[in-house]
Amino acid sequence: MTAISVPDGAEATWRDPKRYLWLLGLFVPTFPFLAWGLAAATGLGIFWWSGLVLLFGIFPVLDQLVGKDAVNPPESLLAWLEGQRYYRWCTYLFLPLQYAGLVLACVLWTRAGGLSVVDKIGLALTIGAVGGIGINTAHELGHKKDSLERWLSKIALAQTAYGHFYIEHNRGHHVRVATPEDPASSRMGETFWGFLPRSVWGGLRSGWELERNRLKRSGKGPWTPRNDVINAWAMTPGLFAVLVGVFGIEALPYLLVQAAFGFSLLEAVNYLEHYGLLRQRTPSGRYERCTPQHSWNSNNIASNVLLYHLQRHSDHHANPTRRYQALRHFDEAPELPSGYATMIVLAYVPPLWRRVMDKRVLAHYGGDITRANLHPRRRARILARHGAAS
Amino acid sequence: MSRHQCPVCEYVYDEKAGEPREGFPPGTSWQDVPDDWCCPDCGVREKVDFEEVSE
Repeated sequence: MTAISVPDGAEATWRDPKRYLWLLGLFVPTFPFLAWGLAAATGLGIFWWSGLVLLFGIFPVLDQLVGKDAVNPPESLLAWLEGQRYYRWCTYLFLPLQYAGLVLACVLWTRAGGLSVVDKIGLALTIGAVGGIGINTAHELGHKKDSLERWLSKIALAQTAYGHFYIEHNRGHHVRVATPEDPASSRMGETFWGFLPRSVWGGLRSGWELERNRLKRSGKGPWTPRNDVINAWAMTPGLFAVLVGVFGIEALPYLLVQAAFGFSLLEAVNYLEHYGLLRQRTPSGRYERCTPQHSWNSNNIASNVLLYHLQRHSDHHANPTRRYQALRHFDEAPELPSGYATMIVLAYVPPLWRRVMDKRVLAHYGGDITRANLHPRRRARILARHGAAS
Repeated sequence: MSRHQCPVCEYVYDEKAGEPREGFPPGTSWQDVPDDWCCPDCGVREKVDFEEVSE
């Protein structure tokens, strides 16, 4: 990369090309309103499924049409860019829209006439899509040092019952990323459907243990509201109890469906972020420091704008507290063939995923597949296929 | 009283202040912090990678 020299006062002349695009992230929590409007205007039940159509149909196409961008802000302006409060508001405003959509859905599930059970399930998945992408917003907020942002992160997680993510992601996943010990790093040869229960259960257990150990150092037991897993989890039954109290028990099955679909989306994103990548051991036996080589990236603009640069994942792991608008592209980082929206669809179909990704893992390790994070159950088969050939 | 900084982010462990939330009350010496304790802000590096900062 060539060094960019920027004279003092450059912030007056440099313009962030994505500055106003970040507002499009707020398009996601309007899905339920869009679904409602389109279904009401046309009378077609298919529109209750708008969240799925957008996520798995329209965004993958947009990724192809809009293309990629590898532009980085000048190094000298990163601190200034991170300090701009405008960018924070783009994430804060996600939350009121997210919860307004959830309340609207409760009205539609329980009070509005004319919706069949199938329509209501479609709406639950649309709401779940917002909640799942809301975990991405919670992710951006939860990495920050500001206590307000940390609280907003937990609130955003309440809808999908994933409060422990706030602890497990920051103190578990980031520490053990791209190692066999991390439940949220997928292994080569592991299907998404095998990874899903391993990551859900492993993440839950790890989050609990991290908090239990932290409290133990102060001589306290885990059963206290100071346990961040407990106080974040408590928001979910609190939220659901209020909604069921107001709208009736018939809202509950849909609330559970949307939560499960929401966190399964987050796990699909976990699946594709580190597939097969492995940090090697140093002579001392520790894992090498996480480098740009240990995350899959994507510069597809459409997905990046909707996910607050989550796909610039290498820089995120190298500098987890860095704000989304300042995350950079690295030439040396492995690149996914398309944006996350497309890759999630591939992940759902394991033979397709393997065909697209396994050769890329092999190429990333220069043909030496023994350096990849291999699924123990398929290790022998993978080595026989790729190891013998190298 | 010494201070040690995370090599990745700006977090500083100050023995004087400790880190009560993490179970290290004010005055906890750096020596008593376990080696595998990782930076509470970024989670990228562990205690053994922290660098001493001069006053």
